[in-house]
Amino acid sequence: MAINPDYLGRVYELPEPYEVTRVKIREFADAICDPNPLYRDPDRAREAGYADVIAPPTFPIILGMEGAGQAVADPELGLDFSRVVHGDQRFRYSRPLQAGDRVTCRTTITGIKALGGNEMLTLDSDIATVSGEHVVTSVNMLVVRGAEPAGK
Amino acid sequence: MTTVRYADVEVGTELPEQTYRVRRSDLVRYAGASGDFNPIHWSDRVAREVGLPGVIAHGMFTMAQAGRLITDWVGDPGAIVEYGVRFSAPVVVPDDDKGTELVVGGTVTKKLDDNQVVVTITARCAGAKVLARSTAVVRLA
Repeated sequence: MAINPDYLGRVYELPEPYEVTRVKIREFADAICDPNPLYRDPDRAREAGYADVIAPPTFPIILGMEGAGQAVADPELGLDFSRVVHGDQRFRYSRPLQAGDRVTCRTTITGIKALGGNEMLTLDSDIATVSGEHVVTSVNMLVVRGAEPAGK
Repeated sequence: MTTVRYADVEVGTELPEQTYRVRRSDLVRYAGASGDFNPIHWSDRVAREVGLPGVIAHGMFTMAQAGRLITDWVGDPGAIVEYGVRFSAPVVVPDDDKGTELVVGGTVTKKLDDNQVVVTITARCAGAKVLARSTAVVRLA
């Protein structure tokens, strides 16, 4: 099943702002096994110059996944999720996400191409506060592995 | 908060290598926290059906471990300006209590303006390079 090339440039927006919470940051930090106190202790975060606990650098993938999830769930795109593996991931930060942030996420399909029996889908997610301050951009390249992997 | 000074760092400065263990239970927890429930990260049956050797770690879990090498070195996670990786080989995680090991290293490969440096990151698992072309741009004190 091929990815529909007409989807290049398609934009997905979160239906409502995402609220970054202390509890979710702690849950994520626990899940990546990272004991850094700036992800957990508001006093330590304030001493470091932040308004509240900050999120780990890869936390914004949660928002990127929401955008990717909308694309993946779009039957017209023609993506077989079980054949998807993550190819590349890049983040460009203006600052860390922090508890109390209310952010929007606008995901654009910026690349669709075929290479060696696989297909590649690139998604750019711009994450900004509801007042328009850029926080982070996530660039996510997914590989849809061909039905017959090379070498088989 | 950033504890590493730009003036103290040179091209070739190495970050202390770290080893992180990855078990199936870590993947289950990561799936829940991140919302990535792709069955290749928890079902051997589905993983094999799509031609993988078995359950593999989320790429983002590996990226998070490699990121920790940087944030632990620099002290302040907010010092990271840019962070990008390429997932060059899967991290296969067996269904036992031991799991597997990720060995992560980093080297300063460029000094930029504005107290920023480029750190090139390596990550290996079972002898394979699991990250390639992986760099972080970090602002130092």
